[in-house]
Amino acid sequence: MATIPTTASGIAAAIASKQITAREVIDSYLAQITARESDIHAFNLVTADAARAHADAIDADIAAGRPIGPLAGVPIAIKDNLCTHGVETTCSSKILEGWKPPYDATVVSRLRDAGAIMVGKTNLDEFAMGSSTENSAFGPTRNPLDTSRVPGGSSGGSAAAVAAGFAPVSLGSDTGGSIRQPAALCGVVGVKPTYGLVSRYGLCAYASSLDQVGPFATTVADAALITEAIAGHDAMDSTSIPQPAPALVASVSQGVAGMRIGRVTDLPAGAEPEVIARLNEAFAALEAAGATIVDVTLPSLSYALTAYYLIAPAEASSNLARYDGVRYGLRVNAVDTNSMYGATRAAGFGDEVKRRIMLGTYALSAGYYDAYYGKALKVRRLIAEDFERAYAQVDVILTPTSPVVAFPFGDKVDDPMAMYLCDIYTIPTNLAGHPAMSVPFGTGAHGMPVGIQVLAPALGEAPMFRVGGALENAAGGVK
Amino acid sequence: MTQDPLSSIIATDEQMLEGGWELIVGLEVHVELATKTKLFSGSPNRFGDEPNTNIDPVTLGLPGALPVLNKQAVELAMRIGIALNCRIQPCIFHRKNYFYPDMPKAYQISQYDIPLNIDGFLVLPSGTRVGVERAHLEEDTGKSTHIGGATGRIHGSDYSLIDFNRAGVPLVEIVSRPDIRTSEHAKEYVAELRAILEVIGASDAKMEEGSMRVDANVSVHKPGTLFGTRCEIKNVNSIRALGRAIDYEARRQIDVLDSGGTIRQETRHWDDAEGRTHTLRVKEDADDYRYFPEPDLVPLAPSAEWVQAVRDNLPMLPAARRTALSALTGYDTQSEAVIVVVERGQHDYVQAVVDAGGDAVRALIYVQQGFADAGPVPAVPAADLATLTVLERDAKLSATQAKTVLAELVEHGGGDAAAIAAAKGFEAMDTSAVEAMVDEAIAADPGAWAKYMAGDEKASGAIVGRVMKASQGKADGKIVTAIMQSRRG
Repeated sequence: MATIPTTASGIAAAIASKQITAREVIDSYLAQITARESDIHAFNLVTADAARAHADAIDADIAAGRPIGPLAGVPIAIKDNLCTHGVETTCSSKILEGWKPPYDATVVSRLRDAGAIMVGKTNLDEFAMGSSTENSAFGPTRNPLDTSRVPGGSSGGSAAAVAAGFAPVSLGSDTGGSIRQPAALCGVVGVKPTYGLVSRYGLCAYASSLDQVGPFATTVADAALITEAIAGHDAMDSTSIPQPAPALVASVSQGVAGMRIGRVTDLPAGAEPEVIARLNEAFAALEAAGATIVDVTLPSLSYALTAYYLIAPAEASSNLARYDGVRYGLRVNAVDTNSMYGATRAAGFGDEVKRRIMLGTYALSAGYYDAYYGKALKVRRLIAEDFERAYAQVDVILTPTSPVVAFPFGDKVDDPMAMYLCDIYTIPTNLAGHPAMSVPFGTGAHGMPVGIQVLAPALGEAPMFRVGGALENAAGGVK
Repeated sequence: MTQDPLSSIIATDEQMLEGGWELIVGLEVHVELATKTKLFSGSPNRFGDEPNTNIDPVTLGLPGALPVLNKQAVELAMRIGIALNCRIQPCIFHRKNYFYPDMPKAYQISQYDIPLNIDGFLVLPSGTRVGVERAHLEEDTGKSTHIGGATGRIHGSDYSLIDFNRAGVPLVEIVSRPDIRTSEHAKEYVAELRAILEVIGASDAKMEEGSMRVDANVSVHKPGTLFGTRCEIKNVNSIRALGRAIDYEARRQIDVLDSGGTIRQETRHWDDAEGRTHTLRVKEDADDYRYFPEPDLVPLAPSAEWVQAVRDNLPMLPAARRTALSALTGYDTQSEAVIVVVERGQHDYVQAVVDAGGDAVRALIYVQQGFADAGPVPAVPAADLATLTVLERDAKLSATQAKTVLAELVEHGGGDAAAIAAAKGFEAMDTSAVEAMVDEAIAADPGAWAKYMAGDEKASGAIVGRVMKASQGKADGKIVTAIMQSRRG
């Protein structure tokens, strides 16, 4: 048996050229899951039998000479807030435990159509609310690089699955950094596409105006490949941009010669010194590769976190109101309907979800709307205007992904503000609706990985992947 | 004290309630649009199907499901806006958040401060103009049936059944200004609105089936003072019930005020069997709906071309139809014949009879009297009816004979009126023969004749009846009356 390639593109090529079978690939990854999953807990559910059956079907297609998809046989892990037909989808919440959707999320069906094989549903902070995966109702995911530390969140399971070699690629969702931050903390690539580039149909909503689905991968090229596969207009999502998926893989190897890279001079402080050191090395590497570094300012950035923690909980308070025990999921019976709602939601939601529902309910209440939600929307506009001014001067902007490297369990669970600050560099992108990615770039404290974030204007995925590819090339030479 | 700024319309003396009270009514009308599918999903919009068959992930508010706006619903809503003289504007959708078991997402997608249609008006057949504040799009809820308990409401019931077929059905809520001053005008407004909705194909507008639901905001005050506190009356399921509910509620409020009490702002439930309203909930209990812009939908901005196309394709509205029929027949736009024939959609048929050479007035009256159940396109060919009207106009048939022939035409779905008349032996009598019959009738009933001579018009009936009997219905009633009048001098 030939060696199993470690990248999605390598696997797809090897299977298509009959060097290996899809079954050999899936068995290899399932073996890795068997070996380490009990230490990591990346998954809420491993769909081993279905994955093997899918692999066999692909092998049968190949043997019979039938056409196969571009990702045929590529194993992929799916965040457990993406609906999968007939396969339990929990959002890592007791309130949805046991719920099997009668339909697939658009991204899930597109990946299946391309031939990718789902290996399981990955753990997350409950309803994607958190930065460490400690808010999962089913227990935390551990960082494969140091199991005493968090993998980040909320897509911690998807990041850990790729970092642990459980799948070459995975899908997460990013509302305020939930793909990029765990990618940084686990030392993998993570991409949040432009809002509207990837369909949200079938993504259990946290904050609808901010949520976006994107990939994790071990290489920038694989991240581009998966982004291509899931992007493009979907008539089921009204906020989906009406244009086909862009070609992105080619951008990765184009280099950065002549590109203008923004350095934010008024970046909110608080990053660890090693993180700042890696950022400076990243600028130097890009300059050496032919790019120009240009200083820009984003004065509204310091208000982004506050605005986010009004807008996202406000939308969440409405999005999560449907979990009322009437039609699906958990129901705790009580004397009358209103008591049933209360008992169900009290038992079904964890503390962080309750905290954000209350925060959001308050922010939208009569008499407080203008002071909180209304003002947050104004900040959102100011941030977009700041970015617009900056992108008049530069093609992309470089910042750290996370101010800190992966931290030990329990470090921030009793201090929500400290936890929220993990997303200080990732949140502005979501507020603006722009794309951004995290690329591993050396290590920081305790030898844990540091991620560098590449921000780009709306639909600027191509320049973003160019810079991502250049950073990946340079990363081999850093600490 | 000044007139309330909400409405500058003042009741006429005849419209005032006793004791110097003026009634103030505004109506909120929900209509289900006659679309093929739901407002935000592809499930059928169909009344009367097996419960929970017209459903899908969007309808049930399943996690991850997203709304996609139905273009046909927007077009029908724009038709309503144009028919009600509204301005159509770029608009957005909001979420109205509240918990109720038949509300799948625990929020209703509706329109809030920027609705599709604003600032319109409706001119009633009686000439009264009622302002239309807005007509906005929103989705319907599911339908709950509460089993057990005394009230049929959720409180105190043993269990509830929910049918989500109705959830997500497109609604337009039409909000009038508080311009209505009598219960008659309220009924007229709803009747006219219903006629418009049917004509433009926006809704079947059946109050009994709930595809048209009317809530009335009722208050009373003394003219020249600010409006009184209003109560919202719900569960009004027919136009007749609307009039009764408003009259009851006005009386109730006046009694409270006259005895020194105050009106609480509240929602009241009309009980048609008892003929009274009950408190449903007081305003203090009202939910805070936490409206905010719906992030799953993009703004709706119909292009000028689209609006113009909808406007150009709008059929003639009832008011214009009445005007046209009035011009054709000389009958007043507010006459019963004109109103009834337009309501039935038979105005085009009357026009067709005239186009076929028929007499306009007789065509209108025949259609009003003989075609109550015939629908907009009666089976009798317009040319056949035209022939009949001409026979009567030219005094070839009496009114009574013509009626008999009309009944034959209706029964057989048409026919040659002249041939039918001939087969029945109908022929016009010459006037001298009728004169002789009138004289014989006077001689036979001198008492009736004396009364008629003394000015009792009703007494003529006995004489006319005798003539008709003697002529076996061939005499023309109008000619008989004319002869009697000439005898009276």
